[in-house]
Amino acid sequence: MAAKKSVSAYRKSQRKTAILFLLPNLVGFLLFVVYPVFRAAIISLTNWNGFKQMDFVGVRNYVSLFSDSTFIISLQNTLIYTIVTVPLSIAFGIVMALLMNLKIPGIKVFRTIYFLPQITSMIAIGLVWSLVLAKYGPLNQILMALGNSDPPKWISSTKYALTSVEIVSIWRSMGYNAIIILAGLQGIDAVLYEAAKLDGANAWQSFVHVTIPMLSPTIFFCLVTQMISSFKVFDIIIAMTQGGPGRATNVLAYFVYNKSFVDSRFGYASAAAFIMFAIIMFFTAIQFYGQKKWVNY
Amino acid sequence: MKTKGTKNTIIFILVLIILVVLALFMLFPFVWMVLGSFKPKDELFAVPMNLLPVRWKYTNYGDVFRKIPFANYYVNTAKIAVLSTLGQVVTCSLSAYAFSKLHFRGRDALFLLYLGTMMIPYQVTMIPQYELIRNMGLLDTHFGLILLHWFSPFGVFLLRQFMLSIPDSFVEAARIEGANDLRILGSIILPLSTSALATLVTLKFLDSWNDYTAPMIMLSSKMKYTLQLGLRTFQQEFGVEYTLILAGTTMSLIPILIIYIFAQNYFIEGIAAGGVKG
Repeated sequence: MAAKKSVSAYRKSQRKTAILFLLPNLVGFLLFVVYPVFRAAIISLTNWNGFKQMDFVGVRNYVSLFSDSTFIISLQNTLIYTIVTVPLSIAFGIVMALLMNLKIPGIKVFRTIYFLPQITSMIAIGLVWSLVLAKYGPLNQILMALGNSDPPKWISSTKYALTSVEIVSIWRSMGYNAIIILAGLQGIDAVLYEAAKLDGANAWQSFVHVTIPMLSPTIFFCLVTQMISSFKVFDIIIAMTQGGPGRATNVLAYFVYNKSFVDSRFGYASAAAFIMFAIIMFFTAIQFYGQKKWVNY
Repeated sequence: MKTKGTKNTIIFILVLIILVVLALFMLFPFVWMVLGSFKPKDELFAVPMNLLPVRWKYTNYGDVFRKIPFANYYVNTAKIAVLSTLGQVVTCSLSAYAFSKLHFRGRDALFLLYLGTMMIPYQVTMIPQYELIRNMGLLDTHFGLILLHWFSPFGVFLLRQFMLSIPDSFVEAARIEGANDLRILGSIILPLSTSALATLVTLKFLDSWNDYTAPMIMLSSKMKYTLQLGLRTFQQEFGVEYTLILAGTTMSLIPILIIYIFAQNYFIEGIAAGGVKG
């Protein structure tokens, strides 16, 4: 009886301690992270202009978004950007990881270099790359030296602006994928390769039948993280194209920023932000279900 | 046997070539940036191009400081990054300890709420966050920005996962000896969590140093700008001063580069754990 009582007293004191320990973070978390989600949901149902005006408009913002050609274009651009950058940056990441997995002295230096863009701010990357891609920038000069007399105008042309952003994005993220995939490669049990060798598999066969299946959870992880981050692409757009020329590189996050902090249509912008959120959730869900089909644990 | 050796050598050389070509591709913008920052303006886009400056112009760096309050940007960014990181380490380690070493009702449900919010894009919360900061009278202050960094769910998640791997028996033993939980956290759990703490610190420092969106929304006085915001404004105002932009960008990267060289593993671990915003 006495023992039981002391256990419950102990439990009670733990709860008190827990509350004290949680409190500093929890207060801020509820105020700055949880509350804003609900607040944003409410704002998205109003015509709030950032100041006094705030009338309830129901789902009108959501409905109007789908007849707003700029929103549709930003949605399309985000989708194209994702479809182009995610598979390519993972494919390059796999190649890089396979190379880095070889036992060569000094191989770690390459890891440091490949990962470098990942720690560099998007603004810095965007500023430098927009000069690299300038009319007489180094890339076009190399292209001209290779015999292309009329190289693209990259970020200043409607046709190539999104491609330019995609190139930079792939350049930046492939090292990230490579590092993650390399860790996955190094986690594959060497016994599996020996078994494949005993069964007479050549290098290609053991790659297809051992490496790829064993690597699928890692590739899946990269796929999810890359898709989520490409749906949120923003900094690189601000630094390189500001959504332009015209609407050529207007993406969802840029649309939200523009509608809120430029046009002061906070209700409308919040509705767009929620659509962005829903899309991210949708793709995450698809990937989690798809995972069961093709990921081999 | 001999032919196999030759074949291997050829493969080895091929691999090395691909590795080097890829490395050059990754490094090229950086090298071009640094060399360009020492060029006179008319040399940057000269045809045909020279990688190295023909006439070295060291004054570009001084000019950056003369054109914009670059030193201020540096101090502001460092201040925001250091204070954001420190506050976050304190609140997150307390919470992580509660989530991993204390037992209370609703613990897992609350943790799930923390996890769930990590999926929410910044675009959803940025408008209400701006409103909150404005209502608190903290708009256009560094403290407002710092405050927003203190409560990241990611920090709680990262530290909690690590603390779970520390055996509970360490905590029990200390309790029997009469240590209170704050003491246990400070003298047992945190010293054992240095690698996770280092990961969180490097990552959050990087995150705050490189952040652009929040400072853009919250700050309006030029003297209070951060490096990213300052560089971007520099580009808008002095768009044709390309070489100065390159010099400014180079300078903005140096601190992060130094930390990266010494703490590479922590960066890589942290970023691999998914701690970077899109």
